[in-house]
Amino acid sequence: MTVAVFFGCTFIAFGPAVALFVFTIARDPLRVIFLIAGAFFWLVSLLLSSLVWFITVQISNKNSATQQTGLLIFGVVLSVLLQEAFRYGYYRLLKKANEGLLALSQEDTMPISIRQLAYVSGLGFGFMSGAFSVVNILSDSLGPGTVGIHGDSQHYFISSAFMTLAIILLHMFWGVVFFESCERQRWWGLGAVVISHLVVSCVSFVNPHYQGSLIPTYIILSVMAAWAYLCAGGSLRNLKLCLTCKDKDFLLANHRPR
Amino acid sequence: MSVQLNRVLIYADFTGVLCSSVEQKIYVVLNETVPCVRLLNATHQIGCQSSISGDTGVLHVLETESDLDWILSSGPHPPYMVIMETAFFNRSVMMRMKNSSRVAGVAVIISKTGLADNFSPHTTCPNQNTGVYSESYGSDLANCNGTVWNPLGNGLSYEDFSFPVFALKDENQTQVLRKCYEDHNQRVNGSAPQYPLCAMQLFSHMHAVTDTVTCMRRTDLQNRFSINPEVLCDPLSDFNVWTSTRPLNNSAKGHAADESVVIAATRLDGRSFFWEQAPAAEGTVSGIVTLLATIQALYPVTQEAPPPRNIFFSFFQGEAFDYIGSSKMVYDMEKNDFVIDMNNVHSMLEIGQVGLRSGRSLWMHSDPVSRQNKSVDTEVSEEEGKLSLFSHLTVDHPSVSQPLPPSSFQRFLRARRIPGLVLADHNTSFTNRYYESMYDDAENLNVTYPPGLTPDEQLVYETDAAKSLAEVATLVARSLYLQAGGEEKNLNNITADPKIVTQEHHISSPHDSRPGPPQFYIGLGPRVHGPAHSVTRFVQYILANLTGTVTNLTESQCQNPSELSTENKDLFSYFWVSGPASVNGTREPFCVRASVRLSKAVSPAFELLEYGSRNYSTWTESRWKSIRARIFLVASRELEVMQPALVELTETKQKNISAKTEIMFIK
Repeated sequence: MTVAVFFGCTFIAFGPAVALFVFTIARDPLRVIFLIAGAFFWLVSLLLSSLVWFITVQISNKNSATQQTGLLIFGVVLSVLLQEAFRYGYYRLLKKANEGLLALSQEDTMPISIRQLAYVSGLGFGFMSGAFSVVNILSDSLGPGTVGIHGDSQHYFISSAFMTLAIILLHMFWGVVFFESCERQRWWGLGAVVISHLVVSCVSFVNPHYQGSLIPTYIILSVMAAWAYLCAGGSLRNLKLCLTCKDKDFLLANHRPR
Repeated sequence: MSVQLNRVLIYADFTGVLCSSVEQKIYVVLNETVPCVRLLNATHQIGCQSSISGDTGVLHVLETESDLDWILSSGPHPPYMVIMETAFFNRSVMMRMKNSSRVAGVAVIISKTGLADNFSPHTTCPNQNTGVYSESYGSDLANCNGTVWNPLGNGLSYEDFSFPVFALKDENQTQVLRKCYEDHNQRVNGSAPQYPLCAMQLFSHMHAVTDTVTCMRRTDLQNRFSINPEVLCDPLSDFNVWTSTRPLNNSAKGHAADESVVIAATRLDGRSFFWEQAPAAEGTVSGIVTLLATIQALYPVTQEAPPPRNIFFSFFQGEAFDYIGSSKMVYDMEKNDFVIDMNNVHSMLEIGQVGLRSGRSLWMHSDPVSRQNKSVDTEVSEEEGKLSLFSHLTVDHPSVSQPLPPSSFQRFLRARRIPGLVLADHNTSFTNRYYESMYDDAENLNVTYPPGLTPDEQLVYETDAAKSLAEVATLVARSLYLQAGGEEKNLNNITADPKIVTQEHHISSPHDSRPGPPQFYIGLGPRVHGPAHSVTRFVQYILANLTGTVTNLTESQCQNPSELSTENKDLFSYFWVSGPASVNGTREPFCVRASVRLSKAVSPAFELLEYGSRNYSTWTESRWKSIRARIFLVASRELEVMQPALVELTETKQKNISAKTEIMFIK
């Protein structure tokens, strides 16, 4: 649908994530490395789940629509579980790596905290997931036509872009909550992450009724955002101080450098 | 997990196609495309051009005058892609489209409903610059000063359009377009339709520009200096088909000793506004069928009682484009590069358009300028006399002194003033109201069968058109025999069989097993399209069938006959044919020996490298990468622009927030 839609949807989908990257991650090479490694882990999980799905589709009866839909649902569930499994695997790997890094570095403190790692790895997962979700659609949005000649909804491109935005941010929040729950041995937290991931993926089966899929996704996004904020050490008081711009006075009063 | 990705993979699996399923949601590709392409000659370019990434426009069906106003001035969503009903495909509407900047392209519906009484996109005076009449020869007859041959011609084929023009021949495809238009683009109560609108994109980007000189110069540069040369255009070329009653030695070029030849000729090609569309029933098929029937009638008698002179039958290819085939043959004759030369030629008889006689008389056209010479005049009158004898047909010569109609004979006259006649069903201008157009088909020739006949029965049913052409063929055969010096007592044995004519007529009408009648456009010949054009091959093999003898050579002997002493490769050509299908479907192939040959039909201008030649045809056809069409919906510009604006909001607060991380995450 022309260049304007292409750029619009690209910025909608990747804008906040790229901004986060530029302002918080890009300056620290260690964070960049862990981000890319996180993206790679997500990619491996996708590879495994596609392999399983591909094999099952080849064996199945291609003419039966119900079987194909069933297979699709199975594929989605399997993929979500594999992604979370790989997130756990990445967590274990990072824990081990951190000990090694501490031994190598000159300083006493760890160069990167586990919370920062959680944020960075979540964002890495989010980038790769977003790329695979939306790049295919973006390339087709460059042509002169828009979706609709067979009766599909016209809002296909923009809904996909918003969904991708939600998924990227959700991966980031899930990362934070997941690592925090693993640190604190709070297994119900892990369960909540997995379940909310499953819900978000499965709710997309409601498409093309985009309000049915986007609204629940964004509700879950806000809930996870709040939870991740709390996990990361934030509180309502800090937020109020920040927003009313009284933070400078607070810091001076407490002798903390800005 | 991206559900869309899973869906993509599933759709790809279902359809078996590797392209993206999102693309399938957006575009409907039109499969049968009939474009108009660019042709160039020494000075001009004609035809149509699209931009390199296709031309897109909002669909609008042109059915009434108010639609025309909407497209050209009042419609709010230019540029438009016009779906033109048949009645509107004429010069005035196309010129208005050409001059407007609001037209992205045109798709013309080709059907018989709404077709005007006449339609000829050719010029009024075909081949006026390469015929025999010029400033130095019959200047008062040149440029159709005397008789306008094609007065109904609107010259559309020779205009240069900067937008693509496609033809819609498939009724189902036209229905798809109409449905899309009715669903999205129809005006409600006179107000403009709302977005999203149905649009079409046509791709037919042509590589050649300006004229043949420029294009061939650039091609030569490419061929000389580029590692991967990109050819921009190709000369129109194919083959002429010729045969003779007495075999001629193909390896002895130049003057043939003791040979006096009567040439009987007709043309093999046609054209129309669109590429490779030329049913040419009255314009070409009538002549081919008549000459083939003539050969069938004449050949046995010439073997039993051979006349003193040889009769040379020739089918010229490319005559629509400034006489490509005949100018090449004349050039070869003058250069002593052909089996005979101009000194061998005694006289000529050409068969023009003879299909629309409708029981009336046939006309013999001759050249008044050469007839000013006494001896030529006598010979021509003798030839006319022979045509008038012994037939049930009335033949007349035109009462006023008028030039020859466009015919291959004119090229022979340019070289030497030989006596000759052109036979036609028209006295002054053509009776063919659809000359060189897509509508010159079997219906135009009034080839009709009674209802309820099976295809096999149709193959042998003698239509009125077939009987009429058979009469002409009998006349031509008898007069050729006399012209060759044969004796009158053998004339009664020379009769053309209407059954043969009706079978040959089948080449002009659609058949159930074939997707439409054969098209007679010359094309680009062996360099680009492989061996000869299908029609050329078809005529060659029919001639071999009519005039050849079956031999009992094996396949390898048939392909190398020079190894055998009884066979002569110089006098004959040998064809390995598959034979008729027998009852249980098997075929028994055999070897046919006939004196049928192909001779190259490419304009001498390309051999002489005179790309700007005024004397010879310089027609070339441009090359292109892809020709296709697709339809889709387009959204409004406001929707497109709104989306990036949303994004700005998210970016603004980012930097502020990152600066406050310390405070936000203190416990």
